[in-house]
Amino acid sequence: MTGQRLTPARLGPSDVLRTGAAGLRTRPARVVLSALGIAIGIATMIAVLGISSSSREQLLRQLDRLGTNLLTVAPGQTMFGEQAKLPVEALGMVRRIGPVRTASATGTVGTTIRRTDRIPKAVTGGIAVQAATADLLTTLEGRVVTGAWLNAATETRPAVVLGAKAAQRLGITRTGVQVWMGERWFTVVGVLGAMPLAPEIERSALVGFPAAEKYLGFDGHPTTIYERSAEESVEAVRAVLPRTVNPENPEEVTVSRPSDALAARAAAASAFTNLLLGLGAVALLVGGVGVANTMVISVLERRKEIGLRRSLGATRGQVRLQFLAESLLLSALGGVAGAVLGGLATAGYALSRGWPPVVPPWAFAGAVGATLVIGTLAGLYPAMRAARLSPTVALATT
Amino acid sequence: MSVPQPEQPRVVELREVTKVYGAGVRALRGVDLLVERGELVAIAGPSGSGKSTLLHLIGTLDRPTTGTVRIAGHDVAGLSDRELSALRARHLGFVFQQFHLAPGASALDNVADGLLYTGTPLRARRERAAAALERVGLGHRLGHRPSQLSGGEQQRVAVARAVAGDPPLLLADEPTGNLDSAAGAEVLNVLRDLYAAGTTIVVITHDPEIAEWCPRQVRVRDGRVVADAGAGAGRRPPGPNPKTASGPAAPPGFENVPGAETAGAAKGAPR
Repeated sequence: MTGQRLTPARLGPSDVLRTGAAGLRTRPARVVLSALGIAIGIATMIAVLGISSSSREQLLRQLDRLGTNLLTVAPGQTMFGEQAKLPVEALGMVRRIGPVRTASATGTVGTTIRRTDRIPKAVTGGIAVQAATADLLTTLEGRVVTGAWLNAATETRPAVVLGAKAAQRLGITRTGVQVWMGERWFTVVGVLGAMPLAPEIERSALVGFPAAEKYLGFDGHPTTIYERSAEESVEAVRAVLPRTVNPENPEEVTVSRPSDALAARAAAASAFTNLLLGLGAVALLVGGVGVANTMVISVLERRKEIGLRRSLGATRGQVRLQFLAESLLLSALGGVAGAVLGGLATAGYALSRGWPPVVPPWAFAGAVGATLVIGTLAGLYPAMRAARLSPTVALATT
Repeated sequence: MSVPQPEQPRVVELREVTKVYGAGVRALRGVDLLVERGELVAIAGPSGSGKSTLLHLIGTLDRPTTGTVRIAGHDVAGLSDRELSALRARHLGFVFQQFHLAPGASALDNVADGLLYTGTPLRARRERAAAALERVGLGHRLGHRPSQLSGGEQQRVAVARAVAGDPPLLLADEPTGNLDSAAGAEVLNVLRDLYAAGTTIVVITHDPEIAEWCPRQVRVRDGRVVADAGAGAGRRPPGPNPKTASGPAAPPGFENVPGAETAGAAKGAPR
C-alpha cells in the first residue's frame, strides 16, 4: 500500500473554543438576549441561597456574641395540671450553685401599665408588668438606651424601666414620663435596648421587687430565673437546677436555654427558600429552552457555513463539537453573568439589612454545574442536526 | 479501503459513474473522466447537464449511485465519512460561486480557517494563510474584512483559502459567476498563476469563454460527457484571458449562449 491512511486531524481545545466563539461574535444582540434567560435563572438561585445563608450567618454571629451559657428557670405545672410556683427563696439557692456566675429573677405582677388612668384596663398593649431584681441587666448583658437601670433607691420607689418594645408601644422615648400602673402613677426612669435572648423582657415594664411588693401587691414569687455560668459547666448546672430551685417538687420546674431557639432558627432552612429555589430552577429551564431555540435557528441560518466547513474537511463530529461548544459558551456566558448578578443582589440585600453577605461556595459550584448541563442539553439536538446536514445541501446556491 | 495505483495515481478518476437522485432523476448516466496532475480542465455544460453533480462527486461531497470514484488514488466508495473528511482536508480545495467567507473575520483568518481541519497549529495556519494571500496578490489586505473588499478580492481570498494547504486538486465552481468581467479577469489570472505553478485545477462553468480559455474542455450534456480532449490535454498553457481580451465594452458572455442558459444567467445575476 502506497497510499497513507486517511485520519482526520484532531481539533485542539483552543480551536474548538475558537470555532464555537466565532458563531457568537457575529450575533452579539442575540447572544445577550439568549444568555439573559440563563443569567436570570442562575442569579435567582444564587441570590436565594446567598440571602438565606447571609441571614443564617447573621444569627450565628449574634449567637456567638450573646453566648450560649444563659439558662432560664420557669415554673412548670403541678401533678394536677395547675400552674406551679417557684419558691420565694429559689433565686438565693441558684446563686449558691458553684459555677453560677450571676443569677437574677423576674416575677409577674398581676397588673397592667397604661399611659393614663383614662385608658381602659383591657388595653394592655401586650405589655407585662414584672418585678425585676437589680442585677437582671447584668445577667442578660442588656443595655439601657435612655435613662438608667433600677438601682438600690429606685427599686423601692414607684419607678419603672421599659423594655424596648414596651416603650415603643407606649410611645415613650424619654424618661420622666408618668405612666399608670395598678392604681397609681409610676415614673419611667429608663428604656432598655433589644434583648435577643430574652424577648419577653423587651415586652415588659420592670419595677423593683420591693416596689412591686409595696405598691402592686406582688407576692414575691419569681416566675423566671435567669442564670449564667461558665460555658463548660452549663450542662452540669442545668442538671442540678430543678432540685436546687424546688427541692420538694423538682418536676415542677422547667429549665430552658434561650440560645437553643436562636440556633434552631439558624438551622431551619425554610420552606420559603426551597420555593424560591424552585422558581429559580424554572427560570433556568426556560433559559435553557431559549438557548436551544437560538441554537436551532443558528444551525438553520448557517447551513452554508456548515457546508463550507465540511468541504474544508470538518468531520460530522467536528461540526457537532463546534455547535456544542457554541451552546456551552452561550450558557456559560449567562451563568457567569448570573453568578455576578446573584452575588451583587445578595451583597446589596445583606448590607441593607446589616447582615454579613455570604454566598456558600457550593452555590457557585452548583451554578457552574447547572450551566454546563443546560448548555450541553440545549446544544445536543441542534448540534446533531448540524452534523447530519449533507455537505451538498448546505452548499446549494438557493 | 483505498487501493492506490502502483504508479503515480491520477488526481481524478471516474469510471462509469452514475448518479440517480431520489425519484429517478438521473443526473449522471455513465461518466468516465480522468484528470492527471498539473492539468487545467474546464467541465462545461448548460445548467441541468449534471456538472454540479459531477463537482459534488469529484469533491467527495456525495457518493455515486454506481461506478467508481477515485480521488488522489483513494476509492471513495471504501471510505467512511471521517476518512472522506480527511481526504477533503488534505487533497482538495474548493472555490465556490458565492465566496462563503466569514463576514466577521479578517481575510487572514478566513484563509487560516481553511487549514483548521488539517491539524496545523494556529501560528503555522496564519503564516501559510499570509503566504497564500501573497500568492493571490492580496498581501496588502490581510487585516481587511470581506465587506471591505471588492468582489474580485473576496473571490481571491476564497482561492487563497482553497490553496493555502497546497491541495493536489483545486475545484472551482463557477468562480467568476458572481463577478463582473474585470473582477472575473483578476480571478482567472490567479488561477492561471496557480496552474503555472503546478496546481491541478478543475473549473466547473457554463461560460463558454472560460471553457475555451482552459487548455482542456470536458463538455457535459444530459448527464454524459459529450466531448473531451482526453487525459493530459490540460497541461498546455491556457489561452488569452477572455475577460480582459474581449475589452471593457464586451458583455460578460452569458447573452451569447443559446436558450438553455437563462437559468444560468439568473444564477450569475447579483442578488
